Amino acid sequence: MRLFRGLNSAMHAAKHAACAVAALGVSSAVHAEGTVEVLHWWTSGGEAKAVGTLKDAFEAQGGTWVDSPIAGGGGDAAMTALRARVVAGNPPTAVQLKGPGIQEWAQQGALNDVQEVATAEHWDSVLPPALATIMKYDGNYVAAPVNIHRVDWLWANPEALAKAGVEDMPTTWEEFNAAADKLQAAGITPLGHGGQAWQDATLFEDVVLGVGGPDFYRKALVELDPEALASPTMVASFDQLRKLRGYVDPNFPGRDWNLATAMVMRGEAAFQIMGDWAKGEFLAAGKVPGEDFLCAPTPGNGFVLNSDSFTFFKVSGEDKLKGQQVLASLIMSPEFQKTFNLAKGSIPARTDVSLDDFDMCAQKSHEDLLKAVESDALVPSMAHEMAIPRSVRGEILDLVTEFFNSDMSSEDATERLSAAIMRAM
Amino acid sequence: MTEHPSPRLQAERWIERQLPRIVVLPLFALSLFFVYGFIAWTAYISMTPSGVMPVYDFQGLAQYERLWATPRWYVAILNLFVFSGLFIVIAMAIGILLAILLDQRVRAEGLIRTIYLYPMALSFIVTGTVWKWLLNPGLGLQRFMREVGFEDFTFDWLVNSDYAIYTLVLAAVWQSSGYAMALFLAGLRSVDDEILKAAAVDGASGWKTYTSIVLPILRPVFLSTVIILAHLAIKSFDLVIALTGGGPGYATDMPATFMYAFAFQRSELGVAAASATMMLMTITAIIVPYLYSELRRTNR
Repeated sequence: MRLFRGLNSAMHAAKHAACAVAALGVSSAVHAEGTVEVLHWWTSGGEAKAVGTLKDAFEAQGGTWVDSPIAGGGGDAAMTALRARVVAGNPPTAVQLKGPGIQEWAQQGALNDVQEVATAEHWDSVLPPALATIMKYDGNYVAAPVNIHRVDWLWANPEALAKAGVEDMPTTWEEFNAAADKLQAAGITPLGHGGQAWQDATLFEDVVLGVGGPDFYRKALVELDPEALASPTMVASFDQLRKLRGYVDPNFPGRDWNLATAMVMRGEAAFQIMGDWAKGEFLAAGKVPGEDFLCAPTPGNGFVLNSDSFTFFKVSGEDKLKGQQVLASLIMSPEFQKTFNLAKGSIPARTDVSLDDFDMCAQKSHEDLLKAVESDALVPSMAHEMAIPRSVRGEILDLVTEFFNSDMSSEDATERLSAAIMRAM
Repeated sequence: MTEHPSPRLQAERWIERQLPRIVVLPLFALSLFFVYGFIAWTAYISMTPSGVMPVYDFQGLAQYERLWATPRWYVAILNLFVFSGLFIVIAMAIGILLAILLDQRVRAEGLIRTIYLYPMALSFIVTGTVWKWLLNPGLGLQRFMREVGFEDFTFDWLVNSDYAIYTLVLAAVWQSSGYAMALFLAGLRSVDDEILKAAAVDGASGWKTYTSIVLPILRPVFLSTVIILAHLAIKSFDLVIALTGGGPGYATDMPATFMYAFAFQRSELGVAAASATMMLMTITAIIVPYLYSELRRTNR
């Protein structure tokens, strides 16, 4: 069967050369359209459902989908498998891989580009430039984004806020601190938080954005500019992070993020700072945005970008190459971007998709995204592997989590931050 | 005049003599390759600039310099010594004590022995998870005591950076003391009754009998127990992951979890290989002299 498909698409190729492109377009709806093997770690609930929509869409076009889900360790297990497959010369067609990880593999010469599809479908004009840069290597698209997650969200329980007399969602860190003090006085934990390195780093980057603004964020956490890293603004950011530490309950170490979300749902905690996957938890519990829970960006007038993408590996054979092209085109189609993101809780990576069917938080996210693109305030997330290599990110995470779990001074932290980054470069 | 054996017989004898070696050879070759071969490979990788994939350009000791400049590595090494030291000493002490008590011909010994030994049947993941719940101040012991009425009762080691390492010791000792007990009990049972009777005739007290006669006889048992507990301590990875996840922060990081983080989460194979080599060298530096002195003693 597989051989037959291979033969079939080889014939297509011959046709392609001989006939008009339109003829292929007609036949593609009827005949088999390539094979893809997709390596991913979306194995739980909403994520599995979301990846299922991609599988269905691909198979609806007549292609063969080989699913390779590898659960465990937030993708660590999948990355180990990927390494083994690439070394063995048998890479999967597409891999759930994001951020600078794409560049790391591209530098190894392990990727195929899908520039033909990207040019034909004008990806450049529909993707936010900051995101498009991450998807490209040497000016060619080697990956396609499926969604955009916003990291700088502030989630709140309106009842808890009302109890403490907090009326509005804070728009600056001063307002946040004032609100948190009121909450603390009313006996409510101001900030629901889980003490894991990546969660501490999520707080940290949102604070840096709020204290220093998008330009400072980009200089410090994306370009790793030594001057910005050692600046008084960085000290001030650590000061604010220290404040946040005071607003967290004592049992936070090791807690998973969704348990912190549950604390906000139950009103034990008033706020949580977390990406919009937290919204999925609220929605799954039957909560209504705007009524049972509130969403607002953290201070700073920016947009911290996190995006999942599929990266295309160097496969050979007409059948697989065809599958790769079809998959790339499918991922970027407006219909798929809509169904996938309705299932996953994020927003489409394409900026030209209508968000009428989405909830108010997603609509707000989309609106802010367009504004951020306009004012150049869109920044990639450091904590979620969008900005810098994993080695440097790891050093920053170590330092931030040590700061959060000790009584290190902000000056020491700033000094050690520069040293830590130098080490990993 | 002796008759020369026929060549065929000679060959048969040769094969007969060499047979054990021939049988062992494949296994020996395999372990040579898969254990020592990969140790050598890891050592070489630690001297290359390997990142996400292994590369083979020699660059000297740069990864070691990087390793020894990383604060987290010092935490991991210190934790290994604190954890292994306390774990081995406490588990052995409890093991000997339980073994001596059980050796007093108590009733239902089989039942008690099984109960003490049972934690060993659990994996460290299960042990870690259960102790995580017990020690979590908001869920376990502290909350229970407070609900019972002791409002000021505080036991927050698990979430305290300075004390979290001791919760690992606690869980590991709980799991492994029974095993140490079983080893010592077997040793105690092998002590010749005649010697004990002679000691009793000479008027030695129970305490004196144990400290001066029985424990010195148990010397080989100490050796095997130390080696078994030490390797449990050094490879403690699952317990750390399940109980503390290396936290709070990275306060309970161990060399094994450090290596995992660098190899698989950070794409820094070179540093990970350097840390693995350091672990091997540390263990060699401790175990080899001990083995040497113990084995020389028995050979004499």
